Amino acid sequence: MTTRRAFLASLLAASATPAVGWAAVGDPTYLAAAKLPDGSYMLAGLREDGSTAFSVPLPARGHAASAHPTRAEAVGFARRPGTYALVIDCRDGEVLHRLTPPADRQFNGHGTFSPDGKMLYTVEQRVEDSEGFIGIWDTEANYSRIGEFASHGVGPHDLRVMPDHETLVIANGGIQTDKWDRAKLNTDTMRPNLVYTTLDGTLLELRDLPEFHQNSIRHLALRPDGLVGFAMQWEGEEGYAPPLLALHRMGEELVICEAPLGDELAMDGYAGSVAFSGDGSEIAITSPRGGRIHRFSDSGEFLGAISRSDVCGLAPHAGGYMASDGLGGVLLIGSEGARPLALAEASWDNHLVPIAAARA
Amino acid sequence: MRYSLMLCAGLAASPAMAGIEEALTDHILPGFAGFSTAADALAVTAEADCSPDALRAPWNAAFDAWTEIGDIRMGPSETGALSVSFWPDARGFTPKTLRRLISSEEEVGTDPAAFADVSIAARGLFALEQMLYDADFDDYAPGSYACTLVQTATADLASQAQALEAGWRDGYAAVLRSAGAEGNSAFLSEQEAMTALYTQVLSSLEFTADSRLGRPLGTFDRPRPTRAEAWRSGRSLRNVLLYAEAAEELAMALSDGEMPQTEAAMQRLRDAAYKVSDPSLQDIEDPSARLRVEIVQQNVRALSGYIEQELGVPLGLTAGFNSQDGD
Repeated sequence: MTTRRAFLASLLAASATPAVGWAAVGDPTYLAAAKLPDGSYMLAGLREDGSTAFSVPLPARGHAASAHPTRAEAVGFARRPGTYALVIDCRDGEVLHRLTPPADRQFNGHGTFSPDGKMLYTVEQRVEDSEGFIGIWDTEANYSRIGEFASHGVGPHDLRVMPDHETLVIANGGIQTDKWDRAKLNTDTMRPNLVYTTLDGTLLELRDLPEFHQNSIRHLALRPDGLVGFAMQWEGEEGYAPPLLALHRMGEELVICEAPLGDELAMDGYAGSVAFSGDGSEIAITSPRGGRIHRFSDSGEFLGAISRSDVCGLAPHAGGYMASDGLGGVLLIGSEGARPLALAEASWDNHLVPIAAARA
Repeated sequence: MRYSLMLCAGLAASPAMAGIEEALTDHILPGFAGFSTAADALAVTAEADCSPDALRAPWNAAFDAWTEIGDIRMGPSETGALSVSFWPDARGFTPKTLRRLISSEEEVGTDPAAFADVSIAARGLFALEQMLYDADFDDYAPGSYACTLVQTATADLASQAQALEAGWRDGYAAVLRSAGAEGNSAFLSEQEAMTALYTQVLSSLEFTADSRLGRPLGTFDRPRPTRAEAWRSGRSLRNVLLYAEAAEELAMALSDGEMPQTEAAMQRLRDAAYKVSDPSLQDIEDPSARLRVEIVQQNVRALSGYIEQELGVPLGLTAGFNSQDGD
């Protein structure tokens, strides 16, 4: 006789998609979202040579995708307001799960998987006042929400699990937005910060930017030894030309990475992505508004600029960095400059996401 | 597969789109040559007489020449333009640096070659504007350190102009002309080069509307007249018109058709500017004066809209995907 419990278990087993690894979708190194000429959106896997491992349709423009470390699954977050996120099967684009934050919350940018792939952490803000929260989702229980904690700041945008696997680093952008139209409400008084917490939310360290409090901390890059790079977007007066990148190691002071004034001006106060180079010896930021990439050493010295229109996506590559842009270009960025690898009839969206933390 | 990927090695190079060549030969290259000539004349005059009286006319002529190509921000001009034209000066770097150079008579201010290493805020047209027009600076005597500093800055400006001209003529022009050819990592197709030039046109008009006019306008309750560009020399309105005319001319060079609506919009902009009471925009605390400047601003935006319709739409050019939508 089939017990009810056994029946339910068999039903679950039948409906659950057998998890497949990234090799099953052509062994991509990066995830990238794009807009196609017909106005639709796709999610693609790219290899280090610029070739496409897979591409599947996306139902809407995603904010940023997160890659499961082992399974060929990606989470795409809806753009403003972030009322949902979709777990997508990278074999066929099937939506495996739809994540909905609690009623008074919005997803606010990125999410990240724990290194073992069991948990998904998402940055969220309270609709009412933009207070930041980190949502915790159990990927092995149909991505059910199992907890949350404060991000210790306003408007968090990005987060990562540190290489010790026990610490989260969170970029609290500092921007409070209107609950109805997402207008920025506090650019004069904002105080972004970089926060480290335990995996259950205990605050370990908080760093803010007293000199540049209008510099929204948006995106993070991690080196395996725990060095954190964070990229910023200026909300203050135009032409102020603040530094847009800083380095930090837990327990130490911030290292501000500043380019010469003319170069900072050319970035237009905006860094879109940040990544360490493949060998970790340097770090770079992109500015789609300035159409340029700025490279810095891991101790903060400016190494030079590379020009490329609408460049935004950036990730580590064995030869330096891989960059993607809104014109469809995929470029290898080495110390000698840029080398085009591929050109797609598509506009690559903001980020190029490395698959598997181990490779980044 | 829902989209096609082309490896760049497979891209065939074809002759540059007509508009790119015309933009270079009709507008950009003569523009840089003209600026180089004017900057050189300013430096030669300064060598003989460093006084503001002697230099204001050639400085204005150099600024006029600069507006032809001054808003271009690509190739040699991407950062090169900023040390010629450092504005807006949000942190007050220009007066701060000039004051420091003068008060301690730093040697770098007497050596045109070394001057390239000082802060870009103390170089170029706007540093010279303060020296020639600002009451805090313009009373220097012949033979003084400030006099030498002005001579140094004009010589530096002339070499910057020469370097920009050479950089465009002997270097970057070829990059634009070879757009889409193998080995060109700046432009992977001709369309990209056209888009980049078209973006220069729209960005210039946007900067004029939002910054050259928007900064002094501020809010109705708090206008900020001294945030106008080049208000000390009374060039604020003139710059608006000259930069808009240059943008229109570059658009026309890029276009392969007539642009009647654009031309009409430029004329309406000239008419609106003619009605502005103070060319340095210093009277905008008066509501009716303010309104006249706002109408100029609207006309700059309208001009940009017609250029989009008559140039961007027919050629299928659109502004950047990521640069338009932050994350």
